[in-house]
Amino acid sequence: MPTSIWREEVQRLMREEAAQLVEVLPRQEYQDEHIEGATNIPLKRLNRETTSHLDKARPIIVY
Amino acid sequence: MSPRAAWRLETLGFTNVYDYVAGKADWFAAGLPREGELTSIPRTGDVAHRDDVTCRPTDRISVVIDRIRAAGKETCIVTTEGGVILGRVRTDRLDADAQVQVEEVMELGPTTTRADTTLEAIIERLNARKVESILVATSDGRLVGTLYRSDAEARLQEDRVEEAGQQIDQESCCCCKD
Repeated sequence: MPTSIWREEVQRLMREEAAQLVEVLPRQEYQDEHIEGATNIPLKRLNRETTSHLDKARPIIVY
Repeated sequence: MSPRAAWRLETLGFTNVYDYVAGKADWFAAGLPREGELTSIPRTGDVAHRDDVTCRPTDRISVVIDRIRAAGKETCIVTTEGGVILGRVRTDRLDADAQVQVEEVMELGPTTTRADTTLEAIIERLNARKVESILVATSDGRLVGTLYRSDAEARLQEDRVEEAGQQIDQESCCCCKD
């Protein structure tokens, strides 16, 4: 079950556990502005192929 | 959208999934690093001073005075232990009895803005209210710093000069080719 987290925990996971940040908003919104280091996989394109580059051993944070 | 994405990832076999519910609006409001095509637009968090003197409501005035003077400031921002802004004390209120607690003389609920407010917007707001500075806070009320109108105006002016310089360079280049 996914865990809801706040900003401080996001920072901790990125710092201590090399978490992967994924923005699931549409491409244009990502291109306009996104959190430093985030990648973009729009929700409608979230499938095995588009997530194949993500490391299952590390935490994944979506927003 | 992010809760659905988090669940979707779990159905795809990911087991260590977190949902940052507040998302990038919260991140940018805290003045944290951002990337993208719009990052060149200067925001409040880019020029805010992050060296405010802070104190707790139960601190004695005598202690706070020393702290403000040592830092060369004129105000102390009253916060919780976690940094949530409760009020502000200006030096002109510090002539009270030294044993009085901060909460007895502090100005409650000072106006704040978010770190992702554009400088143009905040300058307009400060001009309309005829104030020289404003506190910058995260979306959950934590202190980021203080924005001074003079700094915001200077930054915008610098950006305009730079932009004008780039336009002249481009035009010169075009002339050279001719």
